[in-house]
Amino acid sequence: MSQFLKQHKISIKNPKVVLSGMPKIKIKKTKPDIVNKFTGDKWVYSKIVKSHFFYPKNFLVGDIKKLNFDVEGIIGSPACGDVMRVWLKIDPKTEKIKKFKWRTFGCASAIAATSILSVMVTEKGGMKIDRALKIKPQDIMKRLGGLPDRKIHCSVLGDKALRIAINNWFKKTEQYERIIIEGSRILDPNTKVTEADIEEAVLEGATTLEAVQKRTKVGIGYSKCILEVEELIKFYREKYYGPDKK
Amino acid sequence: MKKKFFYFDFASTTPIEKKYVFNAMKTYFSDEFGNSSSLYSLGRHAKIAIEKSLGQISDVLRCKQDEFVFTGSATEADNLAIAGVAMANKEKGHKIIVSNIEHKGILSICSVLKKQGFEILELKVKKNGLLNPKDLENLIDNKTILVSLTYVDSETGTIQPIKDLVGVVKRFRKEKKSNFPYFHTDASQAALYLDVAVDNLGIDLMTISAHKMYGPKGIGGLYVRRGVNIKPIIYGGGQRGSLRSGTENIPGIVGFGEAFSLARKNQKKETIRIKKLRDKLEYGIFKKIPKVILNGHPTKRLPNFLNISILDIEGEALLLYLDKLGIMVSTGSACNSQNLEPSYILSALRRPYEFIHGSLRFSLGKCNEDFHINFVLKNLPTIVKKLRAISPLNLPLNINKKVSEPKAFIGGQTPHFF
Repeated sequence: MSQFLKQHKISIKNPKVVLSGMPKIKIKKTKPDIVNKFTGDKWVYSKIVKSHFFYPKNFLVGDIKKLNFDVEGIIGSPACGDVMRVWLKIDPKTEKIKKFKWRTFGCASAIAATSILSVMVTEKGGMKIDRALKIKPQDIMKRLGGLPDRKIHCSVLGDKALRIAINNWFKKTEQYERIIIEGSRILDPNTKVTEADIEEAVLEGATTLEAVQKRTKVGIGYSKCILEVEELIKFYREKYYGPDKK
Repeated sequence: MKKKFFYFDFASTTPIEKKYVFNAMKTYFSDEFGNSSSLYSLGRHAKIAIEKSLGQISDVLRCKQDEFVFTGSATEADNLAIAGVAMANKEKGHKIIVSNIEHKGILSICSVLKKQGFEILELKVKKNGLLNPKDLENLIDNKTILVSLTYVDSETGTIQPIKDLVGVVKRFRKEKKSNFPYFHTDASQAALYLDVAVDNLGIDLMTISAHKMYGPKGIGGLYVRRGVNIKPIIYGGGQRGSLRSGTENIPGIVGFGEAFSLARKNQKKETIRIKKLRDKLEYGIFKKIPKVILNGHPTKRLPNFLNISILDIEGEALLLYLDKLGIMVSTGSACNSQNLEPSYILSALRRPYEFIHGSLRFSLGKCNEDFHINFVLKNLPTIVKKLRAISPLNLPLNINKKVSEPKAFIGGQTPHFF
């Protein structure tokens, strides 16, 4: 019983046993407000998002030319509503990220996501680049205490900007074999269809698996990737044509 | 203690006026709870209350009492006007003309009708936010049954040349000796400040809403000129001349009437006062903040509207920073909408997405005073400065020509779930 109450956030004030044997429960009164479904916070964003949004950490102040960073990475477009630019200082010996500065154009979650990413990669003496390359949007979201569904795409960009910057560092230090090419990940080894091909197909009006297959032949000889392809199509379809009607 | 707040979103909704409107409504919630269809005294009281309200509203609209139908909202009134006329006149024609800056209540029902075989023609606004009567002339033909054009759009507050547009329709009808097309206008935003006498405008149907004029939510209405052939969209007990069945929302109806007549009483004085405040805000923002552009028509605009784009920063972020100080405004940015689409009205004005993301709408109302404006002018520049400091952008002011295509969204961005 107590676990049930705890689970449903019901607090009992002076529990009295009444005739039926049920404790008299009082449901805690809350002010009507926007509630984050992940954390129960009474704001559309979690407390962590809120604090990183209002008090962003590590954003770039001053003239970039004088600051002497090793590399930079940029992602997004102003038309899309999010642009992130990051600058890194990497210790070549330990391959740890010593400095991570950023500037972001975007909504609250975009700003908070870059801010927390800067903390993630620089805390505890800096993160090794091999680990930093593996940061997923989900990791950023977890640290942020969750994001509203439709805001998830914003947190995506931070890790991408970071990967682009690290790739640039590989280029700069002539470690070409370590460069990871993004957006051109091959989904189907037979047809060599990439994520970017799917995006283009959707943009050109192929919004179902059948239509995309007609255009790209993806997955016809390699059914393993179909599920992933379907997910990609759904993602791009909703991105460019609005949410699917239920 | 109540937290201080500075509300600048009167185009979204307004508070109920307490002294006259709310007090008039009160008794109808519990003491005078009768159903107006009943014959006994309580029912008769309700009926009298409705008639009083209808009297107040028809005084302002200068129409007959039976020409006004209460609905549950302005959206419902829009739906009734469009679907009601379409369904009743299917045999006469299948074309409906609407502008591309209509309220969603109109655009959504139109897309439903499109699936049922109606043809929806779009009258596009010009860059300054105005509709061109000449363009309308070219769109109308024998098969057009309805023209629905907004009086004032809900984002920039631009006032359409409604009389000229009606003139086009009237000339067409006279030439063809036809009753069609009918002319409907959504005057939800306009009703508080502009002339809404139906004969002056010459319209056949008009939507108004109570909660935009210091009345209650959950009540709107449609003016339907006598002789207009229209079918209901809600069927039931035949209330409101069978056009809108359902037990009447008496408190809402009472509040609507009181609010409308009260608002119109103070209209002239209030218009001058609000315009002065708005102009001060506009002047102050343009003076204190660089790289700001005005959305909508510079002069042909409701006195309480100010829609601007502040470049290089994003509207939702700005909105939340302002909210922290108690300043409430709205934005057309994609991040603020459910489907992550930037405002379609600002898109219709051919503003590039880059500009729409930084848009902010102030809509003033009777609660605003001089110190509210001063507060905004004091704080907004600081917030803009902070957000610009963390923004990597430096957009040129004159990218008006280039409207971003969906292609602009591509940037090697793979989705986030991988």
